Amino acid sequence: MKRKSIAVVGAAETTELGVIPNLSQIQLHADAALNAMADAGLKPSDIDGLATTPEWTPSLGNYLGITPTWVDGTMVGGCSFMLHVRHAAAAINEGLCSTVLITHGESGRSRVGVGAFVGNRASLEGQFEAPYGIMGPTTVFTIPVLRYMKTYGISEEQLAMVAVVQREWAAKNPRASMKDPITVDNVLKSRMIAYPFRLMMCCLVTDGGGALILTRAERAKDFPRPPVYILGTGEATESWMISQMEDFTTSKAFRVSGKKAFDEAGITHKDVDHLMIYDAFAHLPLYGLEDLGFCKPGDAAAFIWERNTAPGGKLPVNTNGGGLSYMHSGMYGMYALQESVRQMRGIAAAQVPGARISIAHGVGGMFAASGTIVFSNEGP
Amino acid sequence: MPEPKRPLPKPTPETRHFWEGTAAGELRLQRCDECRHVYFPPRPFCSKCASRKVSVFKASGRAKLYSYVINHRPVPPFTAPYAIAVVELAEGPRMMTNIVGCPQTPEALQLDMLLEVVFEQQTDEITLPFFKPAGA
Repeated sequence: MKRKSIAVVGAAETTELGVIPNLSQIQLHADAALNAMADAGLKPSDIDGLATTPEWTPSLGNYLGITPTWVDGTMVGGCSFMLHVRHAAAAINEGLCSTVLITHGESGRSRVGVGAFVGNRASLEGQFEAPYGIMGPTTVFTIPVLRYMKTYGISEEQLAMVAVVQREWAAKNPRASMKDPITVDNVLKSRMIAYPFRLMMCCLVTDGGGALILTRAERAKDFPRPPVYILGTGEATESWMISQMEDFTTSKAFRVSGKKAFDEAGITHKDVDHLMIYDAFAHLPLYGLEDLGFCKPGDAAAFIWERNTAPGGKLPVNTNGGGLSYMHSGMYGMYALQESVRQMRGIAAAQVPGARISIAHGVGGMFAASGTIVFSNEGP
Repeated sequence: MPEPKRPLPKPTPETRHFWEGTAAGELRLQRCDECRHVYFPPRPFCSKCASRKVSVFKASGRAKLYSYVINHRPVPPFTAPYAIAVVELAEGPRMMTNIVGCPQTPEALQLDMLLEVVFEQQTDEITLPFFKPAGA
C-alpha cells in the first residue's frame, strides 16, 4: 500500500472489559462500534465499508444499520483484524469504499450468544491431529516451545520472565484484568496447564471488544482525534496443523508478514518506538522479537530478562499488559491494535514518551497466520 | 451414557490409503516420482513441486521425538497428564501422535529420543498410529 495514504480516525474498546455477562457477542461488537463512531464523530450512515469476525458481516451490518459497499469477513484467528486493516487500506485506496469500520467482540469468558465450535473430522486436522487429545490453544500453540528451548538453551525461568515483565506494564493500566505484581517464582509455582506452560504463562479468558475506523489520510484532519497513519502492512499464513509448521523454533508467517510490513513502511528496527506482539502464551514475544528481526535467533529471552522490553527499557513491548495480563477474549489482535493507536495518540495508560512509530504484530489460528501493521503519528 | 471416545478421523478419498495402511499395520507415506520429496499428510500431488506423479510406500516406522506438551487439563477420554507429541519420521515428515509405553513425564520424554510406530485399532475402519520408545 501507499505509505500514510490511510489513517485511523476512530478507535475504541467496549465500555467494559473483563467479565461482561450482561452483553451477548454481537452486542460487544456493537458497543465497541458505537464507541468508535462516537470517537470519530460518525454515524452508521457514514460507514460504507465493514470488516468483522467472529460475527458474520451481514449480521453485524444489519444490527448496526450499515449497508456496506465493501465487506471483509477474513477469519484467520486472532490476527484477523490486522488483515482487515490491511485489506481496508487497499480497498479505500482502490475507491471501493471511503470509510471502513472494523469490529471485534467476543464473549470469551461468559459465552453469551456464542456459537458452538464443531470440528470437522474429515479435515486434515481432524484426521491427523484431533485424535491425539488436543483441546484448543493450550495443547497446540504450546507444542513447539520445547524444541525452541532445547535449540537455544532457554530455561523455564526465562519463559516465566515474559509474564513477569508484562504484569509490570499491566500494573500501570487501570483497565487491565490482572495488576498485582508477580515474580518468576510465582509463575513457576502456578498450576501446570500443559508442560512446560503454567497458568501464568497462558493468556486470560475474558469478554470484550474493540473497533477501528479508517479513511483516506487527506480527510483525516477533519476528525476530532489526532489521526494515526498506516505506514506499512503485512500478512501471511503457514499451516493450521501445528505438526506441519516448517521449523518449531521460528514462525514463517511471522517472518514473511513482518518483513513485508517493514519493507512497505521503509523503516529500520531503530525507528520503532513501541511494539505490540500478540501474546496468547509466554513464548510468543520470544518468537515475535526474533522473527521480526529485533533480536537474533535465540536472543529474545535474554533481551527480555535484561529488561529491554520492560517499563524504562529501550523497546517497550506489550504496554497494555498484553493477553497475559490486560485481557484476551479469544481473538486478541484487536486489543494490540487499540494499544498501538493509543500510544500514537499519546493517551495510553503507560504512555511511551515521544513515541512516533508503533508496530502491532498479530498471530492467528495458533501459528497458522500472521498480520503486522506499522503505525505513525506523523502525517504525510 | 456411552463412554466418550477420542475424536476419530473420517477418511477422505485422498487419505484412504493411509488409514488402510494403519489397519494393515503399515505406516504409509507418499513420495514424489519427479523430485523424490517425501511428504505427509496425504495428498495426490507433491507438496514441494506440485507434480501429480506420486507413489505411496511403506515407511520404516522409525522416528525421533521433535517436541511435545504434557496436558494437565481434563479431556475425556484421556487421562491427564498425557503428552501430545510431534515426531519426526526417519523419512523426514513430521506427524502428531501420542507416546505410549513410557511415563508421561519430562524426565522420560527427552527430545530426540528414538521411537518406533505401534498401531492400535479403534474401530473396524480406524487404526491409529502411536509411537513408543525404540526397543521398549
